[in-house]
Order: sequence, then C-alpha cells, then structure tokens
Amino acid sequence: MKREPIYGIMAEFDTAQHLVDAARTTHQAGYQKIDAYSPFPIEGLAEEIGFHRNAVPLVVLIGGIIGGLSGYLMQYWISVVDYPLNIGGKPTHSWPAFIVITFEMTILFAGLSAVLGMLALNGLPMPYHPVFNVPRFAMASKDRFFLIVFSSDPKYDPVATRSFLEALAPRSVSEVPS
Amino acid sequence: MNEPYKTTVEEERAPVIEPGHTFGTVTEKISAIVLTRPTSNGWFLGFGVAFMLTMMMLYAIGYLFLKGIGIWGSTIPIGWGFAIVNFVWWIGIGHAGTLISAILLLLRQQWRNSINRFAEAMTLFAVACAGIFPAIHVGRPWLAYWLFPIPNTMRVWPQFRSPLMWDVFAVSTYATISAVFWFIGLIPDLGTLRDRATHPAARLIYGTLAMGWRGSARHWHRYETAYLLLAGLATPLVLSVHTVVSFDFAVGIVPGWHTTIFPPYFVAGAIYSGFAMVLMLAIPIRKIYGLEDFITERHLQNSAKVMLATGLIVAYGYGVEAFMSWYSGDRYDAFTIWNRLHGPYAFFYYSLLACNIFIPQVLWIRKLRTSPAALFFVSFVVLIGMWLERFIIVVVSLHRDFLTSSWGMYYPTRWDWMTYIGTIGMFLALMFLFLRLLPAISIFEMRTLLPEAEVKE
Repeated sequence: MKREPIYGIMAEFDTAQHLVDAARTTHQAGYQKIDAYSPFPIEGLAEEIGFHRNAVPLVVLIGGIIGGLSGYLMQYWISVVDYPLNIGGKPTHSWPAFIVITFEMTILFAGLSAVLGMLALNGLPMPYHPVFNVPRFAMASKDRFFLIVFSSDPKYDPVATRSFLEALAPRSVSEVPS
Repeated sequence: MNEPYKTTVEEERAPVIEPGHTFGTVTEKISAIVLTRPTSNGWFLGFGVAFMLTMMMLYAIGYLFLKGIGIWGSTIPIGWGFAIVNFVWWIGIGHAGTLISAILLLLRQQWRNSINRFAEAMTLFAVACAGIFPAIHVGRPWLAYWLFPIPNTMRVWPQFRSPLMWDVFAVSTYATISAVFWFIGLIPDLGTLRDRATHPAARLIYGTLAMGWRGSARHWHRYETAYLLLAGLATPLVLSVHTVVSFDFAVGIVPGWHTTIFPPYFVAGAIYSGFAMVLMLAIPIRKIYGLEDFITERHLQNSAKVMLATGLIVAYGYGVEAFMSWYSGDRYDAFTIWNRLHGPYAFFYYSLLACNIFIPQVLWIRKLRTSPAALFFVSFVVLIGMWLERFIIVVVSLHRDFLTSSWGMYYPTRWDWMTYIGTIGMFLALMFLFLRLLPAISIFEMRTLLPEAEVKE
C-alpha cells in the first residue's frame, strides 16, 4: 500500500473544553476523518468526532454465550456421555451441580472477550503510528489535547485545512509525516 | 436536602484529592516514583527481607516435594490443616481489591480512583499466594493438572459434582480476570511512562507493554465500555469466588461446616480482611512516598467504615452459627459450639471474638478512624482475627468428629510455619517490585478527578 507522505494535520490544545469545542467545530465543518487525543477519557468526545458504532458490548455478549454454553456442554458430555460415574446415587445429569462452573466459564469468556475485543477493535498492539512522529505528541499522555485531520479526508487540503485549524486558536499546528 | 446542611457535611469531609493539583503535577508526582526517584535503601532492605522469606518458602516447598505431606502437621482427623487455612485467608484478602476496583466503580465512588491500582495488585499477589496452597496440598503436585479437564490417555475426567472442582474453576477464573482487569487499567499509564521515560530500555519495555496506546477518542470510548463491562462481570465473580470457597465446607456434613450462612459470611469476612490489608499497605505507602495528597483521610475513613460494616456482618454470622447449632437440636452441632467455647482450642475462639468483633468496634470513634496509627493497629488485629476464623473453621471443626475414636489434635510443624510466613514474604516482595516498577496510583483516573477535567456540552 502506498502511503501519502503527509498523514494529517494536527492541532494542540491546552484544555479538555477547548478540544471538545474544536472537535465539534471541525466535524460540523464537514471533516469526517478526524481523531482527537486526550490524556484521560472525555465523555462525549467520541460522539463529537462522529464515532457511534461501538461493537465491544456485542463481542462481550457473544463471548459470554459461548463460554456459558461450552461450560455446561463440557460438563454434560463428560459426566453423562463419556465418563458417567455413580456418585451417591445422584443422576449423572445433575444440572444444579453444573451451574457454578457454567457461571464461571461465562464470566471467563465474557471478560477475556472484553479485553481482547477492545484491543482488537482498537487495532492494538500497534508498534508504529504516525502521530508519534510529532515530538509534542508525547504530551498527549500528560496534559495536552490534540486534534488531527487525516489527509485521507475528502475535504483535506494542505493549505485550507491548516488555516481552518489555526482559526480554532490552538497552541500549535503541525504536519504529521507518515 | 436543604443547602446549608449539605455544605456543612461537605466541609467536614476530607477531599478525595487535595486542592492545587493539575494534570501535570498529578502525572509528575506519580510517575516520578517509578522513573526519577532514586531507589531508597529502605526499599532494598524491605525487598531483601521479603525476598529472603520467599526463598525460605521455596526451600520449605522443595523439602515438601522431596519428603511428602508427612512433614506437615496435618494428619487424620485434621487432613486440611494450614494449607487450607492459608488458602482461604489469602484468597479472602484478595477480595477487597476487586471490590474497590469493580463494585465501587459501578457505584460511582470516585474515591476509589487513587487506591484501586495497588488494591488490584494486592488481589493479584494474594491470589498467587493462595494458589500455591491447594497445589502443594494435593500430595503429588506433579499431578495437580488432573484438576483440570484435560483430555488424557487414561480416559478419565474430573468429577463435576464436587465443590472442589467448582473451586478450581472459580479461583482460576478469578485469577485470570483480576490479571486482565489490572493490566488493561495499566495500559494508558504505561503510555504515560513510555512518553516520559528517558532510559532507552525503560522506553522499550513500557512502550511494548503500552502496545501503542495513543489516547484516541475512539480508543477511549471502547476502552471505557470494556472496562465498565469487566467491572460488571467481576462484581458477581468476586462474590461467587468466596461463596464457592465456602461450599468446600458447607456442602460437607461435618458439624461446624454444614450451614447455609457460610456463603454470605465468607464473602463479608473476605472483604473485611481485604480492607484490613489495603489499609496496612496504604498507610505506609502514602507516608513513605508522600502521597497524602492522593490517598487522603477520606480514603482511610471510608475503608474503616467498610471494615466496620463487614465486621458486623461477620459478627452476625458467628451469632447465627451459635443460634443454629442450638435451634437445630442436633447434638453434634451443639457440641461444636460447646467445644469452641470450652474445648482445647477455646483460647483461639476467644481471641477470634476479641480480634474480629470487640477490638474493631473502636472504629466507631471518628478520632481513631482518622488516625493512621490506630487504623494500622486495628487492621493488623483484623488480619490475625480472620486467620484465626479460618483456623477455627478448619481445625476445630475437624478435630472432634462424630466418633470419639477419631478425635485428635493439630500441631503445625516448622514446615507449616515456614511455608505460611514465606507466602507473606512473597506477597511483600511482589508488592515492593510493583511499587518500584509500575505506577501505584492510576494516573489517568486521577486526572479525571481534577476540576479542569470537566467539560460542558
């Protein structure tokens, strides 16, 4: 895949409020391929940049169902089909005794799907990402807030986008080499 | 609620985070412990002692593998001895970490943000210590994998109608979920350390662990969803774990074990001892690393209140046990209580009542609830009390069986003590490493507590 030489244009802000406002303005101006970076989760910021499809809950639900079913069926197959044992005359299919492990397997699978699903959907681990080419971006994990317009955006224009971002009164604006 | 009343209450409460902090100072202060602060001699001394105790544990376990279970004091009729006492004690201590990180998150208790990280680490290390005991107690530890349903050439399978099998699944699920919960909580902070570390090796290690986290709004959104769902899953899980541990006893027919009060009273006791351990760790940590701004009086007080509440549930459990043994009309059950009060282990039972019920009542006094020294002492007493509780449940119940011919006494050997004290050493050694290598307080969650993090729509 051939890469654009410029990954996008990035603006740096001092406060969370400023970033949210800037993100809203940028999205309303018609930019679609944008992203915002902050040192902590900001409620509503994802919506401002036009992110609405969060598949994590579905992944967790599917993981939980698979875990629960496999937990119960494993016990059923082992205790009833493959290795039936007479324990104090109790039925081989003693379903109440199978509940605990079914429950634990549901939690285990759902929990692991939450973690692995979140990481996979976020595309992590990712050893290289162009935003780190901007030296000031190291502050994004401390106390600075960044907004980027990707060069893949249909409305992207090296000059116009730059002056648009500068109009938002950021602390600095820089090009992100890819 | 009228306004003046509300303000007086707010004024009396210590803040969750002392005023005057910014994103920068919070980041600086917590990451400096790991990145720039020189490692003190005290750390080396503490870690050295803990490490030597760990080696002692490995020696005791090594000798156990060589000689067999006979080196321990557990013998018929007391087949469970120290191994199970310590297992239940450790796994109970772990419970407070999950309570703080998951249940208090769901209840939106923001004060948890500064203590959840090391409380979760405490959970993880306590479960690691707990896990040692059943594995070495099986007698032939090289066959311990038989506990898991692994296809094998003998064509045999575990027996799922036994509570001991439930325990295997409950504890291993708990260990796994606690580990991943802790780790995903760390990812954004590992990103912070990666960006702030100067040493290339530190940058490489933290960078690898951070997996390229860059704080994108999309990532945060999925991250928060996953974190919240994990908290929702960990909440029933933590309650189930000690419930299942109590089934190991309650499903048996031994007098003193066969009772329905066990699950709730085990869970309450677990949280009780866990908060005691949280306090015993938090009080020195905040002092030594100067974190009084983040772990404030409020945290100490709230933890003390949780201890008081769960302690009373435990006291209720003891009461119900005594009442049921009388009310059931079962002479063996009645004898269990009589034997606790007058038998050869009566001293332990009275110590238990003192440690778990009477001494902790001093926490009703606000002055003691806010004094670190008093809290440290009470927490220590509670940890001893909760250990005694498990000792009484395991040993005192078993030593007087239905038949007088099978009565006996339990005397732990030095190998029992070396293994037990050794696990405390291992726990502390892991804690020392954690404090030195990872941020002990969640940096990004502390940032969200600052007033400047608020965003108006």
